[in-house]
Amino acid sequence: MKFTCFHLMPYRPLDLKAAAEHRSAWVVLPNSFYDPKKGAAEYDSYLDQLTSAEKLGFDVIGVNEHHQTAYGMMPAPNLIASALIQRTKTIKIAILGRALPIVGNPINIAEEFAMLDVLSKGRIIAGFVRGIGAEYHSTGVNPAFSHERFHEAHDLIIKAWTTVGPFEFEGNHFRNRYVNLWPRPYQTPHPPVWIPSMGSRETIDWASAPERKYPFLVTFSSEAAVVRYLNMYRDTAQGHGYTAEGSQLGWAVPLYVADTDARAREEAKAGIETLFNNFLPMPWEMLLPPGYTSNASLKATMKIRTALGSRARNQTIDELMANGTAVIGSPRTVLEKIERVREQTGLENLIVMPQFGVMPDEFAKRNMELFASEVMPKLR
Amino acid sequence: MTAQTETLVTRGTRVRVRRAGSGKPVLFLHGAGGWPAWLPFFERLSQRFALMVPEHPSFGASDDPHWLRDVADLAMYYLDLLDSAYSSPVHVIGHSLGGWTAAEAAIRNTRRIASLTLLAPTGIRVKGIPPGDNFIWSPEEAIRNRYYNQSFADALLQAPPPDEAQLDIDLQNRVAAVKFGWEPRWFNPALEKWLHRIAVPTHVVWGVQDKILPSAYAALWSERVAGAQISMVEACGHSPHIEQCDLVTEKVIALLDRA
Repeated sequence: MKFTCFHLMPYRPLDLKAAAEHRSAWVVLPNSFYDPKKGAAEYDSYLDQLTSAEKLGFDVIGVNEHHQTAYGMMPAPNLIASALIQRTKTIKIAILGRALPIVGNPINIAEEFAMLDVLSKGRIIAGFVRGIGAEYHSTGVNPAFSHERFHEAHDLIIKAWTTVGPFEFEGNHFRNRYVNLWPRPYQTPHPPVWIPSMGSRETIDWASAPERKYPFLVTFSSEAAVVRYLNMYRDTAQGHGYTAEGSQLGWAVPLYVADTDARAREEAKAGIETLFNNFLPMPWEMLLPPGYTSNASLKATMKIRTALGSRARNQTIDELMANGTAVIGSPRTVLEKIERVREQTGLENLIVMPQFGVMPDEFAKRNMELFASEVMPKLR
Repeated sequence: MTAQTETLVTRGTRVRVRRAGSGKPVLFLHGAGGWPAWLPFFERLSQRFALMVPEHPSFGASDDPHWLRDVADLAMYYLDLLDSAYSSPVHVIGHSLGGWTAAEAAIRNTRRIASLTLLAPTGIRVKGIPPGDNFIWSPEEAIRNRYYNQSFADALLQAPPPDEAQLDIDLQNRVAAVKFGWEPRWFNPALEKWLHRIAVPTHVVWGVQDKILPSAYAALWSERVAGAQISMVEACGHSPHIEQCDLVTEKVIALLDRA
């Protein structure tokens, strides 16, 4: 099993009570809630955490992109990746991911990833996502064309990385008379591509296709959903005529280890509950604007994810642990939970999120150290 | 009078239409909420005119053709429809998105347009006065913000939840609204500068208390469309033909009779 240490970089100094008066911590939460001096200290803490992952023996450190939200302070994740390149030597750096449909010119993404790949001498993993629905409110891009723009931008970026330029790209959304990347990527044929997703049949079909075989990472889902989606990927790959490698099967999960179950629960409680009840919630209109998913997927999602799209009900740490959305406990408990998913799916790509919500640095640090020393070696 | 529901095919695109009445031809283009039920406004018009109310392509159960990308395409579709479904000029009434569509068609060609009646049309932007953001409102807020008289909203909110077939239609209506209205939000930057080309009798009707598209927009239409008649309707939100049906029907018929 390979291990990624992943971060959202939430804005912990948020006045949670006052923020709850707003529709969401996304899009409409006034940025007067953000204090740049406190924000600077947050970046210091989080960069230290991610940098320490190298010494602790993680294989990858991961960052991600979200816009206009206290949920995550990385609207430009490649800037963070660039800082991480300077602070580390050998560990891979995954950007999970860039939101392709919301940019005006995907060549910028191809160029930036190529620069990072050369700067890091081939340590970059490129995640491609569509961004969540809120991103379409904050950028103005029309969600009705999100799928088309994603596929077109993907094709353009891969072609720019792998084809000798200059060439012309003729899409419906993106048109470039000259595509000729300088620099081009360090890795051949290009940096690995990973696809983080909340899970949908369309994404799984596309990611698992034999010409791509992109690792698929299920994010923020119950254990039952993780098992279902990873097996859907395996079955789809089988249908394509090949057997999926364990490295293609990924699970991104908030995870907390302490010496006992009771202590882990106590220390993780505020972090996990603020993540799910303060930082993440948004109304359906923001999460899934019309056109962002097919109508069939939308109806299915509305049925299974009643909690995510609403402020109506707070989730407790016990519920999140019971359904496996968060893995929290003693080293033994955590090991057992991960092994159980591995047995059911063949999972070999674990994306661990060791800091979440308002969790303080001290807990995050201890969590990472304990996971690295007590859990990781047993799963290798 | 009962409206007949039919399928209308224009250059291979199938849409649902309701028709009733006889007399001068009148075409009603609906707003972003989707194909309306047979409203009292339609009933009254159909007593005097040959009224047709199509469901726009991309909405509800009409075809969703891949070539249809924006309101300019929708306007071209309606120019095709005016050519193929009629043999003489037609009085076009458009509500909100339908008003925008009618104006886009009219700046291109008025050969088949006898008059334009625009009920709270979208399509242009008064800088500094953004429309209400219907895409971020909850379903209840969206319904409440549509009306001045909240009893109209109450009636809709108390209606039983939609069945599966109606839910599919509602979802498709929302997707179509996003396709046409998300960006730029409910307008086409290239429309306003050509509105002077509308040289048919034009009547713009606006609810004074419109929360979706503030009534300040009426003034810009008045400036850009030479000779346009402007009717401001008191105690009225974004659907003047529903909320002030009697008054609006009278004003609309007066123009249709003159034109």
